[in-house]
Formats: sequence, C-alpha cells, structure tokens
Amino acid sequence: MSGRVLVGVKRVIDYAVKIRVKPDKTGVVTDGVKHSMNPFCEIAVEEAVRLREKKLMKEVIAVSCGPQQCQETIRTALAMGADRGIHVEVSGKDYENLGPLQVSKIMAALAKKEEASLVIVGKQAIDGDCNQTGQMTAALLDWPQGTFASEVSVDGDGLKVEREIDGGLESVRIKMPAVVTTDLRLNEPRYATLPNIMKAKKKKIASVKPADLGVELTSRLEILAVEDPPQRQSGVKVEHLVEDCPVASPSTLGIEVGGVLCCRGGTCLSSQYTVITAGLD
Amino acid sequence: MFPACKYTLQARQCLCSLKALQRDHLPSLFCATRWSSSSSTTPRITSHYTVYPRDKDPRWEGVNMERFADEADVVIVGAGPAGLSAAIHLKQLASEQGKELRVCVVEKASQIGAHTLSGACIEPSALQELFPDWKERGAPLHTPVTEDKFGILTERYRIPVPILPGLPMNNHGNYIVRLGHLVSWLGEQAEELGVELYPGYAAAEVLFHEDGSVKGIATNDVGISKDGSPKDTFERGMELHAKVTIFGEGCHGHLAKQLYKHFNLRQDCEPQTYAIGLKEVWVIDEKKWKPGRVEHTVGWPLDRHSYGGSFLYHLNEGEPLVALGFVVGLDYQNPYMNPFREFQRWKHHPTVLPTLEGGKRISYGARALNEGGFQSLPKLTFPGGLLVGCSPGFMNVPKIKGTHSAMKSGMMAAETVFSKLTNENLQSETKGLCVPEYEENLKNSWVWKELYSVRNIRPSCHGLFGVYGGMVYTGIFYWILRGKEPWTLKHKGLDSAQLKPAKDCTPIEYPKPDGKISFDLLSSVALSGTNHEHDQPPHLTLKNDNIPVNNNLAIYDGPEQRFCPAGVYEYVPKETGDGMRLQINAQNCVHCKTCDIKDPSQNINWVVPEGGGGPAYNGM
Repeated sequence: MSGRVLVGVKRVIDYAVKIRVKPDKTGVVTDGVKHSMNPFCEIAVEEAVRLREKKLMKEVIAVSCGPQQCQETIRTALAMGADRGIHVEVSGKDYENLGPLQVSKIMAALAKKEEASLVIVGKQAIDGDCNQTGQMTAALLDWPQGTFASEVSVDGDGLKVEREIDGGLESVRIKMPAVVTTDLRLNEPRYATLPNIMKAKKKKIASVKPADLGVELTSRLEILAVEDPPQRQSGVKVEHLVEDCPVASPSTLGIEVGGVLCCRGGTCLSSQYTVITAGLD
Repeated sequence: MFPACKYTLQARQCLCSLKALQRDHLPSLFCATRWSSSSSTTPRITSHYTVYPRDKDPRWEGVNMERFADEADVVIVGAGPAGLSAAIHLKQLASEQGKELRVCVVEKASQIGAHTLSGACIEPSALQELFPDWKERGAPLHTPVTEDKFGILTERYRIPVPILPGLPMNNHGNYIVRLGHLVSWLGEQAEELGVELYPGYAAAEVLFHEDGSVKGIATNDVGISKDGSPKDTFERGMELHAKVTIFGEGCHGHLAKQLYKHFNLRQDCEPQTYAIGLKEVWVIDEKKWKPGRVEHTVGWPLDRHSYGGSFLYHLNEGEPLVALGFVVGLDYQNPYMNPFREFQRWKHHPTVLPTLEGGKRISYGARALNEGGFQSLPKLTFPGGLLVGCSPGFMNVPKIKGTHSAMKSGMMAAETVFSKLTNENLQSETKGLCVPEYEENLKNSWVWKELYSVRNIRPSCHGLFGVYGGMVYTGIFYWILRGKEPWTLKHKGLDSAQLKPAKDCTPIEYPKPDGKISFDLLSSVALSGTNHEHDQPPHLTLKNDNIPVNNNLAIYDGPEQRFCPAGVYEYVPKETGDGMRLQINAQNCVHCKTCDIKDPSQNINWVVPEGGGGPAYNGM
C-alpha cells in the first residue's frame, strides 16, 4: 500500500480566546486575535504522519485554504511531519464566504490532481462547527467515507474505520481511495518541536488559486447577522429537586434551574421546603 | 531515619505509609530531607523537574535526554520591545556593513505581542532612532497625546493637579499605543530583515561552557505529564548556541533570576522593587470618547502609604476604545490588600464611572513592573551574555515609561555586540564573548542620565506623608533642580519582606462586583485568553510544599490568594477535613510574575511552562 495522503488543515481562532462579535454584526473580530490549527486538523495530520511512518503511505501533503497567514498553519503541519504543503489562496470577500461546499470542491480537485489515495480532514472546525467538508468531499469524488474515526487501520486494499456514533462504536470497512474524518479519540497529536519547525522552513509550500483548479467560489449562503448569545441569567439555588416535591406539578412549576423545574418565584408551593434565590457569583 | 521518640505512634504510622508511597513516586534523597521537616501530611503540589531532578527519578530511567543543538551568532531571549530592537538593529548593522549574521529570537508566547501588556504612553525617541521612517512603514502609533490630566482622588471627589511642562508626567509629543500591536509590528520588521523569530518556544535553561561563560539557551521540553512523568509525546527541547546571548525577558525574568545568582550581578546594587499593573480595554460610548486624552490619578482607593495609582488613556484607532488600569506598589504591608479588587472598586469613583457607563469590557490582563530605577540596576554584562530592557529594569518610574529606554538598551546591545562579533582581532578569554562596552556605553547615554535624574522620586514616597511627600519632593528636586541633588535615597528592601503578619492588620472590605463596571476575578481571567496545556507539571513551583500552609497561611493569611491577578492560588479545605491545602490552578496564570516577587517566604519559583501557553493578549 503506497499512496499519497491529502490532509486538510484550517486556521481558526484559538479555542481558549474569548470571541468578540464585530460591532456591525457581520462576523467576529479576527484582527490580531490568536489563531491556531483547528484541534481536529491536528489529529488528522498526526494520523497521516503515523500512516507514513508505518510505511503504509508514502507522502503526506498538507492543504490549507485562506489568506497569507494560512502558511503558518501549513508550516506547523510540516513541522509535525507532513512532506509538503499546498496553500490555496483565498482572501477578502471570497474568504469571508468560504464554506464547506467551496472547500470540498477544492479538496476534491486537489485529490484528483495529486492522485491521492486518502483524504483525511478533521470532523469539524471549531469556528464553523459545520461537520460537512469531509462528507461533501467524498460525495464529489464519489469515494467511500469513514467519518468520526476513533481508529483507522489498513485492511487489505481498504481501510477499517472504527466510527464513534451515538450508540457506541461502529466498524466499517471501506475501499481505497477514501475520505476519513477524525474524531477526538483517534490519537494524541505530537508537538511541533523547534528543530522540526526549522526543518519545515526548508520544505516546499506551493501556492495555487482556486481558479487554477477549476473551482468557482460563489457561495449559495449569505450571512445575515452574527450576534452574541443571550446573556446568561444568574442562577437560583434550590434546596430540593422537583422529583422530591409532593406538590409540584407541570402547571405550578416556574423557574428552570439547569434543566430542573422548581417552584415559582421564591415560595415553595408545598410549604415544606425553602427555595433559596441567590445570584450565583 | 526518623528519631523514634519525636513522633506519636499515629504520626509514625502515617509517615511510614507516606514513605512507601514516595518510594514509588519521589526520589528518596529528596523525601528524606523534606518529610522530616513537615509536621502534617501535606498533599504533594510540586512535580516540576527543577525541584525534583529527573536524573534521580526512576520514572525517567532509559528516556533519551539528548538534545538537538544549533549554532547562531546571537540568540535573544524574549521578543519584546528590547529584544526585537536588538535583533532589528543587529540586522541593520550587518546589512550596512555587508556582513552575515544569524540572529535567532525565542519567545514563549505563541504569537509575537501575545504576552505584551503595558499602559501605554510611549516616547517615540528610541523608535525614531531605530526607524526614522517609522510613520511610512506603518508603525501603529495612531494616537498623539492631546491632553494630560492628573488628579488626586478622595472617596468622592477629585482634586486636579496641573501638569506643568518639565514635570515627569507631562506627555507632550508622546503617543498612546497598544504596545502588543507595536511589538507585533516590530516582529514583522524583524522578519523582513531576516531575523529568525520563534514564537511558541520558551527558553527554559541557560547553557554554560566549561569555562563558565554562557553558551546559549535550551528551549522547554514538551510532553511531561502533570505528575512529572514522561508521556508518549515527550520530546526534549532544543539547544541554541551563540557567541553572545541577549536576555530580554521583561520584568523579573526567570532566567535572569538564575543569572543574578550565578554571576553575582546584584552585589553592588539595591534589590529591585516592583509594582503590579492591572489593565482593561473597554469600548465606550462614543459621546464619552476623547481621543488623545491621558488621565492619571493617585489617592483613593489607596492610602498615602501605598504607592500606586491609575491610568486611563483614550485611543484613536477607529473604535471608541479606552485603555485603563491600576498600579499597586508591591511594597505594601497589609496582607489583606487585593490589587485586583482595588482596581475594580476604583472604577466606581464618581469621576471615573461616567466614562465607562454604557461601555463594554473587551480585554483584561496584568503584569509586574519595575519600580527600583537607578538604585536597583545590576551589573549588565557577564561572559557570554548581557541583559536588556525591563529585565534589569530601565523604567522611568515617575513618568511610568520604560519602553523607550528598553528599546534603546536593545539597540546599544546590538551596537556593542556587533562590533565585538566583527572584530577580526578579537581575543576573548572565554568562549562566550564578554561585552562590557555595552554597560559603559549605556552609562554615557540618555538612558542613564534620565534614570539618574528621577532616582529619588520613588524612595521619597516612603516618608511620613507617603505619596504626597513624594509629589512635593518631585516638585522641588526634580522640577526645579532636575535631580541634581547630591544624595541618593534608598529603597525599603525586598518587597517580599514588607508584609506584616495578618494578626497585626485589618482585613479590607471590598465591595462586590456589579457585573457592569466591576467584575469578578474568574470572568476577568477568561478575557485574557490565557490557557496552558493542562497535563504538564505546574510551572508555579514550590521549593517546599509545606511552607504555604505552615507559613504563608498561618502568619500572613495566604496573601497569594489576593495578589495573584489570575486566581492561581487558592486555599481550600482538605478532603480529609483536617485543615487547608494550597491549590495551584496553573492554567490560569497570566505570567505576571507577582507571586515570585511578593511571596513572603520566597518559596514560589516561577519557571517557564510549555511554550505557547499563557495569555493571548491582543493589543494590550
């Protein structure tokens, strides 16, 4: 088994940073904000590099779509072990409208161009939370897909993928070429150490434009507004749960506290318990 | 090992069972000396290898500890104003004179500027020297100062004080900047000139040649678990060797602390004294916005014996932003003092509140700053290296400006290092080059003259009238005599030695945060964007795990739970119910260094965590 792995990496706002909505409500503030590689993409890169280290794949190519700063994200992937990088230049209005459909068209075109046998992407990005790119890419290529992978192993001329599903785990066997999307428990990504960052500066990152790949970027979606979620109300401390209350019924219940409904406005209707109303600070 | 008569049967049984535990987890050499000094069972807090060396730890047997090494001409620790100015100037000189120079800068923040925090109202003098065309290059100095206001606050009123030209607080010709953005811009200029910048990699260890001179630094190891054992992802840091290493770690750097001891650099100067600065950035109502206005206050809520005050700067960068903050001198005596809460309650003053009403807080952070000035300047050079910036401490305290002198020190370091490196006839006694010319040149420059002229202002605040005595002193001796008085006043000594026992002090009643103007600590820390990989040894290391409860809590009521601006230190009841223990929430740390400075037992040793961790300030 000796093929190329195409890994998609996305540059997103770091997960620990507090997001601020732009005053004009068109999006979130990104200028000067700390960005890093999407955590699921780190897992994807790690898995691809492990496959190459086990000699099951021969080359790992890291791909990122976006403005100039994406090259830093590709460098991190190169420092983790990817062999070369491809930066698909998308900026300005096109970048603001870049969504899973456009990215999957780009990934599909690149997979064909690079003759990849495997495309690995993170299951979702922590900013968009779409969980669509992997699936759309597989559909456009008409390739099988193993999504939410918590374990990937080579099985003959195909892959055995353990998928995390609501009910537990599901094992599927898919033929190659295929698309895999990574879930949290697949692996623990290695650190990009300084010697590897220095070596990565010598690895190649090719720049392409979406037009060169025959991909047209118009979006079918228009963002109308981006708003803050409603302010969390301060909590209410109650002494007993509704299950213990002999009097409470759906019609008497009022305040909802963490999913538990309890007595209205500070007075326990059963007169047996004390409802403590306190701002939790 | 333990004298049998000293302990009760129960204590001995307890100690024996603990010894059994420690044999598996702790190097026995250390536990013998440590446990014989404890009188109660303290849960283990510290697991860092700087306290428990790995060569004696059985969990590290057989782990490959080799490090990859690389050579550069100059290695700079810290990509702040000083470090970057040094790097840029080295490259400027190299290109002017047609020489090749490899300059590497390591920085613990994940991106340049992410750990930078300052007011800041800067004097563009040093920037002008570094880049005479800084305006054309797009340096982010967008807000020239248009008005300067100073007031003394009482609980309800404000007494205005005129800022006459010549007083240190006069800001004519200066700019209000978001220093993080300026540092970011300096980083871009550095990269264009060919400096190798490595953000996300912390310098964790100083390396020495056999002759004792500095050889370079080693970056942090990664992949060590919280209990100090190696993980699968363990990788050693890298060694960067250089002919000269420039240390620009900022106020109270952890490597500088080691260098002071190693080379005895502080034997002829006074100990450094510090303050903590807390800062927030707010988007305010446009009607209240006065771009270019600089406001400073002293007085309420601090008393005249506590040095400190506030700043409020109106930025002019598109959005109606204000940068505001509060500084508290760390020589305070009352262990109940809580600088964060002083800051929060100051915002409610009737002359401050209206500006913030209707506004939204978007950023929070904190950092220690130097107050020692001239008297606390250590020896600046040693074989193989030198110190720049706020690390030795060139801040002009009454002006509260240190950026211009930090940048100038970086540039002077670059000049002297460059001439040393390009000197073909150089005969050096040590492998790491010695650059005493740096200190000599600095002594002849405006930095030294400036620090000398203001040297007595801060110590003059220690008299009977406190800060107001200091203001009178400034008026007479600085404004009129320009600091030419023949005497040099002394500081009080180490900040950590100033605390009085808790029983001799009264607790301070702070008002509860209202959630609109003042806030609680944890939501503030969340705004700093700080984060650390959770599965690593806590980088707030304790030399002795027993001291916090036995000393800090017992005598001083645990001042660290009050002076830490990030809620790292908490005294919580033990699960067994018998007493308290110290809980260290290392993930919250914003790298301000206050704990290392103010701990009355000097038991806390801040070391650098895995690179990339820490706050994610944006233009602070």
